[in-house]
Amino acid sequence: MSKTTNILIVGVGGQGTILASRVLAGVLLAEKYDVKVSEIHGMSQRGGSVVTQVRYGDFVASPIIEPQTADIVLAFELLEALRSLPFLAEDGKLIVNTQAILPMPVVTGEAQYPTDALSQLEKQASLVLATDALQMALACGNPKGVNIVLLGILSALMDIKEETWLLVLRDKVPPRFLGVNLAAFAEGRKWGLNKK
Amino acid sequence: MNEKILLTGNEAIARGVWEAGGHLVVAYPGTPSTEITENAAKYLELSAQWAPNEKVALETGIGCSIAGKRVLVAMKHVGLNVAADPLFTAAYTGVNGGLVIVSADDPGIHSSQNEQDNRHYGRAAKVPVLEPSDSKEAKNFTKLAFVLSEQFDVPVILRLTTRVAHSQSLVELSPREELPLKDYVKDAGKYVMVPAHAKKRHVILENKLLELAKFSDQNKELNHILWQNRKMGIVASGAVYQYVREALPDVSVLKIGMSFPLPEKLIKEFAAGVEKLFVVEELEPFMENAIKAMGIEVVGSEMFPRVGEIFTEDIRAKLGDAAARPILPTMGIPVRPPVLCPGCPHRAVFYVLHKLKLNVSGDIGCYTLGFMPPLSAIDTTICMGASISVAHGMEVAQGREMAAKTVAVIGDSTFIHSGITSLINTVYNGGSSTILILDNSITAMTGHQHNPATGFDAKGNPAPKLSLAALVRACGVNRVQIVDAFDLKKLQAALKEELAVCEPSVIIVERACALIDKSSRQPVLVANQEKCNGCGLCLALGCPCLIKRSDGKVEVDAAQCVGCGLCAALCQRGALEKTGDE
Ligand SMILES: Cc1ncc(C[n+]2csc(CCOP(=O)(O)OP(=O)(O)O)c2C)c(N)n1
Repeated sequence: MSKTTNILIVGVGGQGTILASRVLAGVLLAEKYDVKVSEIHGMSQRGGSVVTQVRYGDFVASPIIEPQTADIVLAFELLEALRSLPFLAEDGKLIVNTQAILPMPVVTGEAQYPTDALSQLEKQASLVLATDALQMALACGNPKGVNIVLLGILSALMDIKEETWLLVLRDKVPPRFLGVNLAAFAEGRKWGLNKK
Repeated sequence: MNEKILLTGNEAIARGVWEAGGHLVVAYPGTPSTEITENAAKYLELSAQWAPNEKVALETGIGCSIAGKRVLVAMKHVGLNVAADPLFTAAYTGVNGGLVIVSADDPGIHSSQNEQDNRHYGRAAKVPVLEPSDSKEAKNFTKLAFVLSEQFDVPVILRLTTRVAHSQSLVELSPREELPLKDYVKDAGKYVMVPAHAKKRHVILENKLLELAKFSDQNKELNHILWQNRKMGIVASGAVYQYVREALPDVSVLKIGMSFPLPEKLIKEFAAGVEKLFVVEELEPFMENAIKAMGIEVVGSEMFPRVGEIFTEDIRAKLGDAAARPILPTMGIPVRPPVLCPGCPHRAVFYVLHKLKLNVSGDIGCYTLGFMPPLSAIDTTICMGASISVAHGMEVAQGREMAAKTVAVIGDSTFIHSGITSLINTVYNGGSSTILILDNSITAMTGHQHNPATGFDAKGNPAPKLSLAALVRACGVNRVQIVDAFDLKKLQAALKEELAVCEPSVIIVERACALIDKSSRQPVLVANQEKCNGCGLCLALGCPCLIKRSDGKVEVDAAQCVGCGLCAALCQRGALEKTGDE
């Protein structure tokens, strides 16, 4: 039996992490893996931290990722990337969008947003792919395409045919947004393949 | 083979009702149960209804069952407290069409006010409890629950936890079974619970429980032993079963799918077959105590705490031989608590309440976030509907003087859920509370469900729209004002006026939730850095778009701002200006 692979997706409520996890799960399903996904809703919808866990392999029991076992962390936001570090495996890979979204305690001046977040990440993770995904999405004409750009990068690190990704994207993305999203995916994938 | 798809536990339950030939799903929303009804509403063959509260939902379910159709009633754990009254007696009457009650518990308190363990309700009300461990079981157990309910003439509780309700796993789909409508049979001895009948029905129920206990021992789909290494045997149910399999794939496991009544023979067989017996369960030692009462030695709650969730790594650490991977503490990372959204009408209300330094008896909904700094404007939050009655109790304790500086704050959905009776109580018992109903035209907290005051039903079809003002007047409140949440001056004036009078008054604060009413979006604001003097007045709003810079001046986060203009209304120097962009 092959080992279960763990992908942790972290971000902030409203960033589109849920769609990203649905596409990823769809791709894994299309590839005939056993898949389990756990997402916590509720209070997190109101601008709180959002965590989605995706696990796949021949057979998966628990939908929950243990500390220090995430093979890939896909972080939509810098601070959330830092928060996720305890879950990253020693040889795990971290994809991080360098956008900073300030939490309330920082907004009100009670706490400081770490200025060295990226260098902390680089010190602690074995491989960090960091990019401003918002700029990449804007370049494709879609400020809401951050999640799809990041999925494109993720696809570059996974051993799954590009075709499958495109097939699932066509299935899960509303038709009127498909064009810009396919462009966003291609942009992310190209960037990821170059960096890997 | 049938098609396999990924479903959450909640989606799988809706599918299970449909496949089982069910007729109705009725509920009051509550995380993590809400999506069961939302998904049921998508099936043409299913009726789906939002009830004003869980008691009404269960009573509707009981009626549907008595009249011959299969029905599922869904609620979060605390919802079953509200529905407990009909539950205990429905156990006596039994059913006609199958009656399944989902209790979605929330170990770890992801979004609730407590983490009660509702398996206790099964034992207390004497109804069977099934616990699925993933989406496949969620669907299959739903179908089985209907069969059980009809076979044993008893309501069945399907107990979920957040991790089962909100995790996706593979489910094999089956077609719908079409069931004929059963006859409605008048049977006073069964359905009219006067003492003479109830005494007999109690005896019948006790006998059913004995039969159900036998069933629990025989049904392999629900309870079964996975014999492996016998040095250790673990009893587990629900999501925890999956964690046990993950952490200790080689040990013997007794998988429990029916946690009340427990399969006593099977447990004895299992205990006899392993060297040491453990039970791993979240929250209460429910199975553990029952197993100990069977005279069996078992280790459980002394090893795993009764508080919060249990995870794979905890099981590995306590029972595995592999070194556990500890969670390393993350230092100095600011927390990211949920906040009232940009443009949220509740923010305006709590700003004013904070400014007037009032005592605020709060309730449950998005507006509970008004307790957070810098608004810091809620003093108490107990359960749905409590705001009005708690404020009344405060007045009784401290007198009119307290009522003159105290308000109760309650949302539209919560008021309809259980605030109405509290209001009638205040009027009846001569109270003089000032009550704010925050009418944002939706049940927002749980993800925007309709309610009787929104004018739409659970399927999105138009429905009669309840008038809150007329209702409040009918309760005997003579002083009713309606104010726009963003009219700060009028809101403040209304509060002062109503607090000063010695009779109950209601201020209905209207403005739609900023997430549903995007049409009201205004051009985004910017802070003019020349005009801003860093006075910090606007920061008292606790708006996530207003960012304090290191020089003390304020900056607007244009990506988040929806242009509600509250900050501009407060700024004395006109530093918050409209841009052209939406
Ligand atoms: C007995 C009970 N049922 C359900 C819930 C879940 N719940 C919490 S708040 C809420 C509704 C809030 O709606 P509303 O009062 O309109 O306030 P809003 O969130 O829209 O501001 C619900 C359903 C609960 N906490 N307790």
